[in-house]
Amino acid sequence: MKDSYITPDGRTIGGVLMDMRGITLRFGGVEAIKNISFDIREGEIRAIIGPNGAGKSSMLNVISGFYHPQDGEVWFRAAKRPTMRPYDVARQGIARTFQNIALFEGMSVLDNIMCGRLTHMKTGIFSQAIWHGAAQREEVENREAVERIIDFLEIQAIRKTPVGRLPYGLKKRVELARALAAEPKLLLLDEPMAGMNVEEKEDMSRFILDVNDEFGTTIALIEHDMGVVMDLSDRVVVMDYGRKIGDGTPDEVRGNQEVIDAYLGVAHD
Amino acid sequence: MSADFLYGIEVILNGLMAGVLYALVALGFVLIFKASGIFNYAQGVMALFAALTLVGIMEGQVPFSHIINAIFGTKIHHFGWHVPALLAIFLTLCVMVAFAWAVQKFVFRHLVGQEPIILFMATIGLAYFLEGMGDLMWGSDIKTLKVGLPQGGSRWIEDMTSGLGGNDFYGFFIDKLDMVATVVAAILVMSLIAFAQYSKQGRAMRAVADDHQAALSVGISLNFIWVLVWSLAGLVALVAGVMWGAKSGVQFSLSLIALKALPVLMLGGFTSIPGAIVGGLIIGVGEKLFEYTIGGMIGGATENWFAYVLALIFLVFRPQGLFGEKIIERV
Repeated sequence: MKDSYITPDGRTIGGVLMDMRGITLRFGGVEAIKNISFDIREGEIRAIIGPNGAGKSSMLNVISGFYHPQDGEVWFRAAKRPTMRPYDVARQGIARTFQNIALFEGMSVLDNIMCGRLTHMKTGIFSQAIWHGAAQREEVENREAVERIIDFLEIQAIRKTPVGRLPYGLKKRVELARALAAEPKLLLLDEPMAGMNVEEKEDMSRFILDVNDEFGTTIALIEHDMGVVMDLSDRVVVMDYGRKIGDGTPDEVRGNQEVIDAYLGVAHD
Repeated sequence: MSADFLYGIEVILNGLMAGVLYALVALGFVLIFKASGIFNYAQGVMALFAALTLVGIMEGQVPFSHIINAIFGTKIHHFGWHVPALLAIFLTLCVMVAFAWAVQKFVFRHLVGQEPIILFMATIGLAYFLEGMGDLMWGSDIKTLKVGLPQGGSRWIEDMTSGLGGNDFYGFFIDKLDMVATVVAAILVMSLIAFAQYSKQGRAMRAVADDHQAALSVGISLNFIWVLVWSLAGLVALVAGVMWGAKSGVQFSLSLIALKALPVLMLGGFTSIPGAIVGGLIIGVGEKLFEYTIGGMIGGATENWFAYVLALIFLVFRPQGLFGEKIIERV
């Protein structure tokens, strides 16, 4: 498993970037995640799928440090990660989007994406307060990086618009832009295509593939639309009622009897 | 120009300058409320505490001297030195930052996610704690604050304008301290706005004010931002404390200026920095003009209640204030 390999479409998948080992998460008496292990390899698109309430978002929240599992270990870049606050996880190079869009509604698109660069801005509060050379240079550099992302995601026309005024599909794209601005090692997308129409879904799929292709960003995503998942991802984890019931390439998962049962229902006799 | 008209202008000018000071206190409230949703009842006491500390440091007073003397039987009160005003202001600022850190560390960290009313109650407790602390550290007698600000009416402006309205008009009477306060407050407000708008920490501050979860996901530490915001509120409190203290002496009634900030906030909106400023100016001018024009007919002393009545009227017709975010509940 350590070795890198090349996918049929010519991308290189590297070694293990993130390793979840025996994760168990409880809310009071409810077990949202039951002893799940899986890994995410460098450069791949990894999907987590499953019916509603399967624990997918909880898993993403564990990876991004919003939830802390009662049992299990999180290994990132070959080191065991201690219990971490979400902002420390972000500073390690893990960026994310949210299922219900968490943008800074009162700020412009540009400002929102600039916020994604905060982990790259190193000048201290005093030089920022007097706004001297280093702070100014840093702002310009980061602004350039942000402009590249704006070009990449084709949102030039709305850069000055307050996010609160944007339609849903564009908000999703701005949120992706903000996560991308951090130049993350691992990008977590929580239902990036939820509530979109077909055309918007196609756009978003294209952007996800392009991000992975151009920047080599490792992506873990949750998605409901099976067609999209099967087209996009290299490997898929399937969850149901907090358990892992399948793990493998889209084709392997599609043929898995337990997965079929979970999705199509099964007669109890 | 008639003398009455010119006196009216003088009243407006004085009102504007009083309004700037109201705005300054209100600004402290807005900063904290925006970033953390906490209505900080202690803002006025923070201004008092900052002024007390400043005087104490300048005069070389020994903090906690009453307790020390009571326990050890000593009779120390003063170190015997005088600290220059600028250095003392800097040291006071350090004390306010330390206070901000302590408030976050020992109080509000443990109250994250609580109801707003709980947070509000905590700030009431904080206000009385801080008032007692100020008393304990620096004593309760009224002190004069001499940081070298000019005092009294400006002769120059009076002479320049004395001929304008015929023989009945003796020129504008404008307090020099008010002018300095206006300039200082204007600079402070503009730099705060610039800091919030253009600096990295300012952007993070606005981000936290907007959405906590999203702020965490881009690597912002909420605790750091809250300490920063409380420190800025401490800075604003220090400036307000110095101006009010220089005007009317440093005494415990100083903490009551916070109550004057309430109508300002209702007018301007609790979440808007420009709102705090405009609200302060409206109240300042409004109460002076009302006293000048109508006060005489109804027995005077209208300045005590005018601001609150105005705020009440605003609450009825525009509850979110002039610049506040509209409260829309989607169902």
